[in-house]
Amino acid sequence: MDQRSLIPDRTRFLAAPHLFIALLVVVCLAGFARTPAFADEPVRIAPDATTFTLDNGMQVVVVPDHRAPIVTHMVWYKIGAADDPPGKSGIAHFLEHLMFKGTKAHPAGEFSSKVSEGGGQENAFTTADATAYFQTIGKERLGTVMAFEADRMEGLDLSEKTVLSERDVILEERRMRIDNDPGALLGEAMNAALYQNHHYGIPTIGWMQEMQGLTAADALAQYRHYYTPNNAILVVAGDVTPEEVHRLADVTFGRVPRRSEPGERNRPKEPPPLAARSVDLVDSRVSQPSWQRDYLVPSYSSGKPGEAEALDVLADILGRGTTSRLYRALVIDQGLATSAGSYYSGEALDYGRFGVYASPRGDVPLAKLQTAVDAVIADIRDHGVTAEELASAKQRTRAQAIYAQDSQAMLARIIGMALATGQPLDAVQGWPARIGDVTVEDISAAAKTFLDVRRSVTGTLTPAPAEGRS
Amino acid sequence: MAKLLVRLGMAVFGLLVIIPASQAMSIQKVVGPPGVEAWLVEDYTVPMIAMDFVFAGGAAQDPADKPGVANMLSSLLDEGAGAMKSAAFQKALDDRSISMSFDAGRDGFYGDLKTLSENRDEAFGLLAAALQAPRFDTEPVERIRAQIAASIKNDASDPQAAATLAVCAKAFPNHPYGRPLDGTSDSLAAISRDDLEAYRSHVFARDNLKVAIVGAISPKDATAMLARVFGPLPDRAQLTPVADIVPQAGIIAIDQPNPQTLIRFGGPGIKRNDPDFMAAYVVNHILGGGTMSSRLYTEVREKRGLAYTISTSLVTLAHADAFAGGTATRADRAPETIALIKDQIARFAAEGPTEAELAKAKSYMIGSYALRFDSSSKIARQILGIMVDNLGIDYVEKRNSLIEAISIDDARRAARRLFSEGTTMVATVGPAKTKTATAETSVPPQL
Repeated sequence: MDQRSLIPDRTRFLAAPHLFIALLVVVCLAGFARTPAFADEPVRIAPDATTFTLDNGMQVVVVPDHRAPIVTHMVWYKIGAADDPPGKSGIAHFLEHLMFKGTKAHPAGEFSSKVSEGGGQENAFTTADATAYFQTIGKERLGTVMAFEADRMEGLDLSEKTVLSERDVILEERRMRIDNDPGALLGEAMNAALYQNHHYGIPTIGWMQEMQGLTAADALAQYRHYYTPNNAILVVAGDVTPEEVHRLADVTFGRVPRRSEPGERNRPKEPPPLAARSVDLVDSRVSQPSWQRDYLVPSYSSGKPGEAEALDVLADILGRGTTSRLYRALVIDQGLATSAGSYYSGEALDYGRFGVYASPRGDVPLAKLQTAVDAVIADIRDHGVTAEELASAKQRTRAQAIYAQDSQAMLARIIGMALATGQPLDAVQGWPARIGDVTVEDISAAAKTFLDVRRSVTGTLTPAPAEGRS
Repeated sequence: MAKLLVRLGMAVFGLLVIIPASQAMSIQKVVGPPGVEAWLVEDYTVPMIAMDFVFAGGAAQDPADKPGVANMLSSLLDEGAGAMKSAAFQKALDDRSISMSFDAGRDGFYGDLKTLSENRDEAFGLLAAALQAPRFDTEPVERIRAQIAASIKNDASDPQAAATLAVCAKAFPNHPYGRPLDGTSDSLAAISRDDLEAYRSHVFARDNLKVAIVGAISPKDATAMLARVFGPLPDRAQLTPVADIVPQAGIIAIDQPNPQTLIRFGGPGIKRNDPDFMAAYVVNHILGGGTMSSRLYTEVREKRGLAYTISTSLVTLAHADAFAGGTATRADRAPETIALIKDQIARFAAEGPTEAELAKAKSYMIGSYALRFDSSSKIARQILGIMVDNLGIDYVEKRNSLIEAISIDDARRAARRLFSEGTTMVATVGPAKTKTATAETSVPPQL
């Protein structure tokens, strides 16, 4: 372990009814390449992937991977927490849980039993933009899981008792993930301040007082509006051909009628960010202070061509790992911090986030830490990066794309997430090449435009003396 | 790897198709320097090499008065070695995207290396230097010490970490397993460069080393690599003997002002080489294993909405064995949840699983085995685990037939052996006003 980062989980992902899955913060820094290239040739992610659309409007992507007779089957719906109606925060995620509660044709537990009897694994998760359900299983069972998944796209059957008991489960999930963890509470508060108008400011799991009032009717309203084949994407990665998947999809998902037209995803946007904000959480449960800042930036879907790629490389040079500028300056050279870094989170429909974080060493005050971080940011904004730094960042990207060939499930996830947030398949495949096109000028432009404190929220987490406790 | 995956995949295919042992197995032994045991899965699908290795010893070899030495060492090996200072070493790794990490477990000091095959010479050279000649310069030593200190401080208020520390201390008094892996603030401050070097020279040797290699490398090249990386280490480790211990009973209640109470429970377990181990593994799966159909998951979460998650597992250490479970629930419902868990465990011990539960569990475990081998890194980890547990090079082929052979009598016997003493350890971390460790829930030690 090189870096004992105290960075809280800042992804907008929320997994899942069954097991906790850690997801990569920067999903895009992984890829899949079938034909590893020469050192200077761009690697193409999932070069064999193809896409087609069923008659009812459901998009299908197939990623052949014949190394093992296994498939990963995922269905993505273009509905996330940012689509929760006012006063109903958490409903997209609650609906995800309720999707495991049975249908008119198959009672609760039957689908899961079928998956587990075959040794398969399943789960689901909700993000601000999408809800996804997946199984990894022997390929001979693909048709079975597709039939079950198609059935629950239209046949969900909820009893009041089931809904109430599951609501208790999500309340426990909130307590576990958020309320028991001051770092997560700070993350929630920073998000609410970063997005002044967009619903990205609402926590994916929901605000406690609103979750307590969620009902079956609330969930079914979202279900009827958003769970329709023309709002869904099927991703199958593994030991299959596009023809096989097409044939199976036609007789399963293909038979589900369109039942609504969710239309364009046009959500309330942010006003111009004019005011730097700060959020300070003081909590008796904190023993180790920390500092972080989030900047409002474009995402891969909403940015101008090349902007997101430049932000990805900028975050890498500024703060990924122990050779990055932030780690070198704060942790090694100045000895002010135990950890320091940055990341870009760009897999979202409307906005991305550029995060910077640091934890003080010993009793270094957070104000001093912030001054030192600001100096590193000012330097990269005013003077840009060197050609050598850029070359080495590109080299890392290429290596990561090759390493990621190893994971079929991760690949399905990368592609599904990109498509659910409005990127075409071709954009995912060509991502390493576009990173290869980034210039030092692009990075300077991105740093100048986006590392502007007015676009940001700065958060601090500090200990408080316990009150009224012996 | 591809071949191995296909073969494992057969199990998923036919569910109960047992792979005949006569088929060619793609795990092979490779020759290393004397004492070194090394297995290779040669595969060229992806141009990379993943290697996992372990020196027996781990944190259990920390000096008794200085817990945390192995852990600190694990963070310092890549902070400068040979002629390269920390920054140069880190840059060399980074420039070629070589991933190298170390981890001090209870019984073993683990390392793993992942490299593109085009960079393998640099990667092996860096690993050799890290193991043979780490520098321990003052700047990185003090920096890493500060990072660990921050982590120890943070753990004190983290419910999960606080529970783990307290449970280990209570279950294993006056034993290395009872000491914190990271050390304490005081022990950490006292660790010197000499302590780090003493640990390295005693534990990094060839007779206590196991290596698993997966990827684009031939047996011949693997042999050369092993000689270069591990050859110059001493032939024999100098290990301090560690006593066997049965986890002690205890009730722990840690006061933290959280809305949710964390619950840990457990008791003595079963040895990895016990003939009933596989049956115990299956019955643990039925009681509280990682799927949504386990008994505890059904009773605690699905029927009553008491928790988001609950699970149990078997812990097999070199000198102790336990079953251990955990969940978290609204503070005021913690007593009810603990009572429910105890009741379920007692019932399970008495009755064992049903035939249907056993069949379902076996089917899942047989089918899902292949999913553990779906990437080079995961294969390396699995193979090293097989080596550490001394299960034999044909274990991957045998494993599903061992599961298949478990009868309902085996399962009932294992459930009785594992769970009839109930949960001898219960720990809660939550607000004191709803303290759950009352006399009513306490179990007298029966050890």
